[in-house]
This record gives sequence, C-alpha cells and structure tokens, in this order.
Amino acid sequence: MVEQTPKIGVRELRLSYGQHEVLHGISFEILRNEIFGIIGPAQSGKTSLLRAINRTLEFTAGARYSGSITVDGEEVGKVRNVYELRRKIGMVAPLPVGLPLTIYDNVAFAPRMGGIRQKGSIDDIVERCLRQAALWDEVKDRLHTLGTRLSGGQQQRLTIARALSHQPEILCLDEFSIAIDPVTTMRIEEVLKELRQQMTIILVTNLVQQARRLADRTMFLFEGDIIELDRSEVIFSNSPAQQKTYDYVNGIFG
Amino acid sequence: MFEATDQTRRKQRQESAIKYLLTTMTVIIVLPLLLIIFYLFYKAAPILSLEFLLENPIHGMRSGGIWAPLLGTIYLVLISLLIATPVGIFAAIYLNEYSRESWMTRVINLAVVNLAGVPSIVHALFGLGAFVLFAGIGRSILAASLTLAIMTLPVIIASTKEALAAVPHSFREACWNVGATRWQTIRNVVLPNSISGILTGVILQVSRAAGETAPVMFTGAVFFKAIQTGDPFAYGLLDQCMALSMHLFTISTQVPDVPDALTYGTAVVLLGVVLLFNALAILLRIKLRGKKKW
Ligand SMILES: Nc1ncnc2c1ncn2[C@@H]1O[C@H](COP(=O)(O)OP(=O)(O)OP(=O)(O)O)[C@@H](O)[C@H]1O
Ligand SMILES: [Mg+2]
Repeated sequence: MVEQTPKIGVRELRLSYGQHEVLHGISFEILRNEIFGIIGPAQSGKTSLLRAINRTLEFTAGARYSGSITVDGEEVGKVRNVYELRRKIGMVAPLPVGLPLTIYDNVAFAPRMGGIRQKGSIDDIVERCLRQAALWDEVKDRLHTLGTRLSGGQQQRLTIARALSHQPEILCLDEFSIAIDPVTTMRIEEVLKELRQQMTIILVTNLVQQARRLADRTMFLFEGDIIELDRSEVIFSNSPAQQKTYDYVNGIFG
Repeated sequence: MFEATDQTRRKQRQESAIKYLLTTMTVIIVLPLLLIIFYLFYKAAPILSLEFLLENPIHGMRSGGIWAPLLGTIYLVLISLLIATPVGIFAAIYLNEYSRESWMTRVINLAVVNLAGVPSIVHALFGLGAFVLFAGIGRSILAASLTLAIMTLPVIIASTKEALAAVPHSFREACWNVGATRWQTIRNVVLPNSISGILTGVILQVSRAAGETAPVMFTGAVFFKAIQTGDPFAYGLLDQCMALSMHLFTISTQVPDVPDALTYGTAVVLLGVVLLFNALAILLRIKLRGKKKW
C-alpha cells in the first residue's frame, strides 16, 4: 500500500465526564477510505469517542478531553468553523431519530441548513441519499408524510440517509443495526462496501460478525483502553495478539 | 380457564370503587363552577345587551354601560402581553437552550420560580415605585401594562421553558450532528414543536392580567373616566384608563345603590373576556397540536 496521510489521527486522548474518566489516553489512526471497526463491550467509551471527533461532546456539560484529535491533519479543537467539521462527518446514532419533519425534509434538512436553496439540487440529494440508505423504493410515493411515522428500521435508514445528505467524507455508524432486521442490515452492508470508495467509514458495532464481514481493521476497546488494533483477519483469527481479544470475539466474556 | 379468583374479584371491586370516588370528586369540583356561572348570568340577564358593552357608565356609575373599563382592560392586557411575550420567550430560550449550568443561571432560575409566586400587591408597589415614580412615566396605561408584564413574565418564562424542555433532546443532537447551528436547530425543530405549549402558557396569563386589580389600581387605572364611545382608539398610551376588574370592585363596594344587574353584568363581561382568551388558547392549541410530529 502506498503511503497515506491518516484521515483521522488520535493521540493520547483522555476523555472524562466530570471526575469520571472514560478514555484513558488512547492513540490510533484511521486511514483514508478504510472501514474501521470498533468493537468493545458496553461503557467502553465508543460513543464518547465519536462525539469527541465531531465535537458534539461539547454540548454535554462537564465533558472534557485532553490529547489531540485531527481530521485531515487539522486539530478538531482548533477548527474555526465547527459546522463545516460536522458536515464533513456523517453520524448515525444507535437509536433512530427521525426528526419531526416529513421524510423529504428530514433528508433535505442538512443541505438546507448548509445553505443550498435550489429545489432541483435538493430533490437530487434526497433521492440519492434515500437510495443509498436502501429506503427509496419503500418511501418514494410518500416523501411528504412524517418521518416519525416510519417503522423503527425505516427510521434508522432515514437517519443514515440524513447522515449522507451533507456529503460527508467520514461516516460514523454507531451500532446502526440495533433496530434493523437482518435482511435490511445486509442490504446496508452492501451499500457500505460501495460507499467506502468515496468515504472513510467508522463502524462501531456490538455484532462481532459485522465487523469481521466489513472492517478492514478493527480496534478492540475495553474500559477506555485499546486492547488490540489490527487487520480484521488478525483480530478475528484464532490467534490475535491478546488473549482478551480472543475471549471477547468468541463470546467468552463481555 | 379465565376464572376470577377471590383476589381478582377484590381488585375489581377496588377498581370500581376508585372510579366512583374520582367521578364524584370531579362533579364536586365542576358543579359549583357551573352554579356560579349560571347564577351570574341569571342575575345579569336583564342588563346584558350590546349597548351595555358600548356605552360609558353614567349617573355616578349607577347605570349605563361598561365601554370605558372594557376597552381599558383590553388595552392593558394586550400591551402587557406585547411586552412580556417576546421578552419571556427569548429569556426562556436562553435559559433552556443556551445557558450553561453555573451559579448565575441557577440563581436566575430560582428567581424565576420564586417571582412567579410573588403576590400581585407586591408587583403593584414595585410598578408604582419603578415605573410611575422612578422612571417618571406617571400613572398611565403604559405604566400599568409594564407592571402587568413584570407580573406575568416569570410565569411565561417558566411555562415556555417547560414547553421547550418537552422536546426530546435527541432531536437537537440529530440537528447538531449534521452541522446545524444552535439557532437553526431552535428555529427549525425546537420551536415548531413547542409553540403550542408556549402559546398556551402565554395566553393563560391573559386571565391573570385581566383579573388583577391591585397592580393596575396603583399604576394607571382610575375610578372613572368617560371616553369616546365606539372609538377603539379612545385611549392614548400615557392616558389613565378604567379597568373591568377595578370597576367591578368600585361598583360593588364603593358606590352605594348600584343596581344588582349592573354589578353582575360587569362580572359576566370580565368572565367573558377571560373565557374568550382561554377559548382562543384552546383553539390555538388544537390547531397547532395537529402539527405535532412525534
Ligand atoms: N452524557 C454523559 N454524562 C456522563 N457520563 C456519560 C455520558 N455519556 C456517557 N457517559 C459515561 O461514559 C462511559 C462510556 O459511555 P459510552 O456511551 O461512550 O460507551 P459505549 O462504549 O458507547 O457504550 P455502549 O456500547 O453501551 O453504547 C459510560 O460509563 C457512561 O456512563
Ligand atoms: Mg454507545
């Protein structure tokens, strides 16, 4: 592989809520156009990590971090236009949050807030994103009904469409398949494989098999420390470097 | 298979007993209310007419209509809301959406809660000191409206904050995640989904503003003032005015030999103004709740 500048660089990241330290100084890099899996039991700090990267952590009173997080070499803490940074990162939360708007407006929200006005281009974005999220066929005849009336799985795909609507370079999926049935999950996984041509994908998942199927590299995060980070073949093999990794992947603990 | 055991039968008995109790309580509350309204209308019936609304009081307020106090009350209520609503809503938005937890905001929040419980006579004295004397506005519609605004402000802030807080936090996060600013989030998602609650809170304050006597008596309402009948702009901002609540107080306690019907008629109109605004609140709520989206 040719030399690459990392898409995201994390150095000595310590993150805490008040007195409670959640990440204990972790360092790793995420490469351009890779699918980067993060696995780890509940409470290990996966969601907090993502929120530090797109700087929504700062909406939580008492949350702080030290160390460095860079996106495209730029320190996120020093970014002037934080909204631009967030638009660079598509974020899908574990539980689907359909905004109380129509399906169309849900997807059009981000482009509109970003300043796009022409109806034509917004139409295009809406269709493209809904197709990418494998939702278009189900909703194309009722784009102007409420997004919150969709089923849980459909709403989750709607949030994926929304996360794609501002053309992010990085897509963070935080346990996105909790509310989706296996068949749809498979369809989205296919989409992800295509999307990685255009973007870097961070895949936080509790489904070890999902990381094995999709991720190029996988990081095992446990109680705020990186236990192991390696190519997925290694992590999910019979002989990862750490016994703990083997135990977790094979369901012996956690 | 589904046979009732002794225990389930006991539960069912308990269930119906509680239902009866609750129904009785409701009737006990509603019945006197209906009686009061019926009694008011019954006593006021001889006098209620359009002329009663559109004529000034005459003969030392012993006959004639209630045009001057009615218009005065409408002025006071509308102007005080015009002042209190924007200030209150923006303050609540600041407190709920922008401010960080700090001793300052804690003090402000505590003040808001406590100010909502301050008796109106205290607001009246404050209005007299601050607006009439210190600011030199003098006893006027403006000073009285400002006093009413100060009185209703804490409640408007509190109810608006509540309405804002009822919008799930996850909506805000979803907006921030796609790069929307705080204000864009508030403008496009939070406000549209809390506006019915906000407006209900605001409009319910109308009844308070319309019904209070002390705050306007100290700051701008007078016992008697005849104005041009039929002219909705008969009062100026710096004029003194009559007010329904005070008029009612006057004719029922200060002036001898006022016919009963006149007193009750005034009460009915005051009630009518309040109920009208409340009905408006309910309609608005229904209309806006139809748009509620989750
Ligand atoms: N807003 C918050 N305020 C205080 N503590 C928090 C907050 N959010 C998370 N935490 C704490 O941070 C720790 C890590 O939480 P986080 O959500 O990052 O874990 P996670 O790995 O995403 O877990 P899960 O797999 O359950 O989603 C937990 O102990 C949690 O209690
Ligand atoms: Mg999580």
